[in-house]
Amino acid sequence: MTLARTIGFIASLAVAILFIFLWHLVTLYKLVPPVFLPPPMKTYDALVQGLASGPLLKASLATLQRMLLGWLLACVAGVGIGALVGTSPVLMRYLGPTLEAFRPIPASALIPVLIAIVGLSEGMILSVIAFGALWPMLLATIHGLQSVEPLLYDVAGALRMNMATIISKIGLPSAVPDILAAMRLSLTIALILATVCEMLSGNTGLGQWLLYSARQFSSANLFAGILILGVFGYLTNALMTVAERHLLRWKSPHEANRAGIA
Amino acid sequence: MTAPAGPTRPFDWRPLAVPLALITAWELAMVLGPATTSETLAAPHAVLVGFFTIVADGTLLTATAQTLGAALGGLAAAVAIGLVLGLVLGLSALIDMLLEVSIEAIRPVPSIALVPLAMMIYGFGYRMEMSIIAFTAMWPVMILTRTAIRDLEPRLLEVAKALRMSFSDKVMKIMLPAIAPRVFVALRLAAGVALVVAITVEIASNPQGLGAAMILAQQTFHPELTLAILIWIGLLGYGINHALLYLQRRLFAFGTGSEVSHDAR
Repeated sequence: MTLARTIGFIASLAVAILFIFLWHLVTLYKLVPPVFLPPPMKTYDALVQGLASGPLLKASLATLQRMLLGWLLACVAGVGIGALVGTSPVLMRYLGPTLEAFRPIPASALIPVLIAIVGLSEGMILSVIAFGALWPMLLATIHGLQSVEPLLYDVAGALRMNMATIISKIGLPSAVPDILAAMRLSLTIALILATVCEMLSGNTGLGQWLLYSARQFSSANLFAGILILGVFGYLTNALMTVAERHLLRWKSPHEANRAGIA
Repeated sequence: MTAPAGPTRPFDWRPLAVPLALITAWELAMVLGPATTSETLAAPHAVLVGFFTIVADGTLLTATAQTLGAALGGLAAAVAIGLVLGLVLGLSALIDMLLEVSIEAIRPVPSIALVPLAMMIYGFGYRMEMSIIAFTAMWPVMILTRTAIRDLEPRLLEVAKALRMSFSDKVMKIMLPAIAPRVFVALRLAAGVALVVAITVEIASNPQGLGAAMILAQQTFHPELTLAILIWIGLLGYGINHALLYLQRRLFAFGTGSEVSHDAR
């Protein structure tokens, strides 16, 4: 079984390499204008040069840092507020529907409003990322806590647990699958928001790098930037999958699987 | 938890208390406070007036039509591509295996990364926006279609075999009707993605639609319009999702796609 998987993976990799070769042929015979599609080798050169000589590396690190910082802020705020609201029937009554009303608003639509209020500084970018990435986790934490088996709360009452213990020992562990799925979504939102803010503000980062490369019609640099953003997307997703597998190993495979899809 | 569950339950005003209090406080602060003519924030009444102004002069309608038009065009392409790819990958385990690395390498590219590229190829306008929407919204359709095909009841396929159906008949008469409920769920997810991506692209660069209208209002110091459009976008997203949920329940009595898959097992 594992041998078949390995052979399959190698074959799949070969197909991907074949696609890159096709890309090479397309650019070689100029089937697509080279302004739009650089040859693979040129993209690779742009990637290596940009990373080695600094500017692309600097932009990538700036975007990565913004994304992660904003996301971490969102995690703390989202799970924190969510835990407060989700465990308090009073707060839930008063705040639940209001918080739910924010769900259909796209995170990026908050950017113009926040620009007007806090400006286009570095702090604004972080606050936009944090604010935009916060909602999935906030709502997932509330939802996760609301769907805890009520019997568990009775047990906690019988054991005379205090509120903090109930939240940390019963509530949050039950909500973990929901929270993890939301964290994955929030990471994607954080990456997109970081890039959009860099495009709008001109602060150093991959968003600004992409826009600048496109304006210069430097497709090799543009593709190098897109490639790095793709790698960021892939790595964050892979890390979340590992985290989910590790943190949800106590769940039955079926349930853990479902949480991953939700 | 202690609310009476009788049929004559009084109207629950509690969810409205906090928003109403906040709006009142905000209104009072803006009207009485020093920031009466603010360039960054607007009082709730100004937002309401601003909303009716852009409804009356037609700008909101134009921008909404542009955003929804781009979202719909991109969504149509996404569903077409996603459905075909999902069918192929679901039907052939070999092709699925061979394309795995290529697809997993392209899929994580964030939509926004393609904005400058699409701008370079198409310039501003519908085509660049729709191409990015199509790229982003096709993945959920592809994945859900593939899973739906995999989860098909084997007996259905045996029936097709027994009836000596042609391949196209098998796809059109057996498979597509069987996976329709789950494809509809995918369509609903993709529609949400399409609207979000449309607005994001408009905010990032494309000078049309609701996103660009928000940016314009912000740059010309009309915070009341920025907020009015923001709320409108929220209502639009809510309305579209609930309309599709309603349709889903009407069309497919099972409810959600996950229930269908459980039934099939």
